[in-house]
Amino acid sequence: MTPEKSVGSPMTAQQILDREFLEVRARIVKIAATLDRIDRSAAPTADAERMELIRQGLLLLLGNAPDRARQVQMLFSLPYQTDWPQRLGVPLENRG
Amino acid sequence: MDYFDPHIHMVSRTTDDYATLARMGCVGMSEPAFWAGFDRGSAASFRDYFRQLTEFERSRAASYGIAHYTWLCINAKEAENVELSREVIAMIPEFLDRPNVLGIGEIGLNKNTKNESIVFLEHLDLAAKYNELILIHTPHLHDKYLGTRMILDMLVSDARLERHRVLVDHVEEHTIGEVLDRGFWAGMTLYPVSKCTPARAADMVEQFGTERLCVNSAGDWGPSQPTAVPNFIFEMRRRGHSEATIRKVVYENPLAFFRQCHRFQFSPRQ
Repeated sequence: MTPEKSVGSPMTAQQILDREFLEVRARIVKIAATLDRIDRSAAPTADAERMELIRQGLLLLLGNAPDRARQVQMLFSLPYQTDWPQRLGVPLENRG
Repeated sequence: MDYFDPHIHMVSRTTDDYATLARMGCVGMSEPAFWAGFDRGSAASFRDYFRQLTEFERSRAASYGIAHYTWLCINAKEAENVELSREVIAMIPEFLDRPNVLGIGEIGLNKNTKNESIVFLEHLDLAAKYNELILIHTPHLHDKYLGTRMILDMLVSDARLERHRVLVDHVEEHTIGEVLDRGFWAGMTLYPVSKCTPARAADMVEQFGTERLCVNSAGDWGPSQPTAVPNFIFEMRRRGHSEATIRKVVYENPLAFFRQCHRFQFSPRQ
């Protein structure tokens, strides 16, 4: 990140909250209703992995980190490992 | 405000969409070669597709005063067929002297496989040999972070490639920093569902600035809005950003990137 080049937000925190409050409220209700729907369903889901991801994602929202969006994206991402060329058999040496 | 959409698949759009975009200020667009929704069976299919991109769409856009440019490749979803991919890559130079061709794209990864990586590297080799600009597709959803890092590894492994001549598209909150910090251009693709929204794109402009950053609509055959760039402009205005800041992202930046292509010609509206 290059913060010295950031544009920043022209809006105050209060202005952003005033504008976004109802939309955030609606999205929280939507998530709550979805979780209720899953719980009510006749056959409980065996997909514990994805349910745990959702739970961890919700916990990230409760933190105070300045980059919650990035953290949630990373939670739902496959990990990167530097040795992928060797594992896939795609040599990157001596190119160009 | 005049704007460019640097990534929009107009073969999927109706002529009415051209008219709407013209009314909303679109003066130019670039259309990367992409997946048709099904795997094509032969290189001949791609030859026809490249004619559509370099002839028909250019003419259709011109009818509405929009300059149409394009990028050529075989996309990552069809790259699992390495034999077909090599036939298509061998054919691309036939089209590289056409006036609306900007370079090689959108190349990249989809499921981050070995074959996709091999075909991506061969596209990079083609771009280096012909000194072409490159437009990169990064994977979506849970494949994006891994695929973007793999793509960046492959790009920096080739010393012939100049980073300021590569635009890495579909960046989101977890990939934009790495792309910009390494000296590449970045594109934010706006979708109505599941991917980046105009509001989140505006957030990223606020955090990362306007240098080497573009926004686009994708406007493909799936759920997408060809008017996503005007939606971004509207969001930025609602937040109180200056016209100069907005214009930099939606007009000046795409122009600056495209002008690195020796074939690129564009006359701004007077």
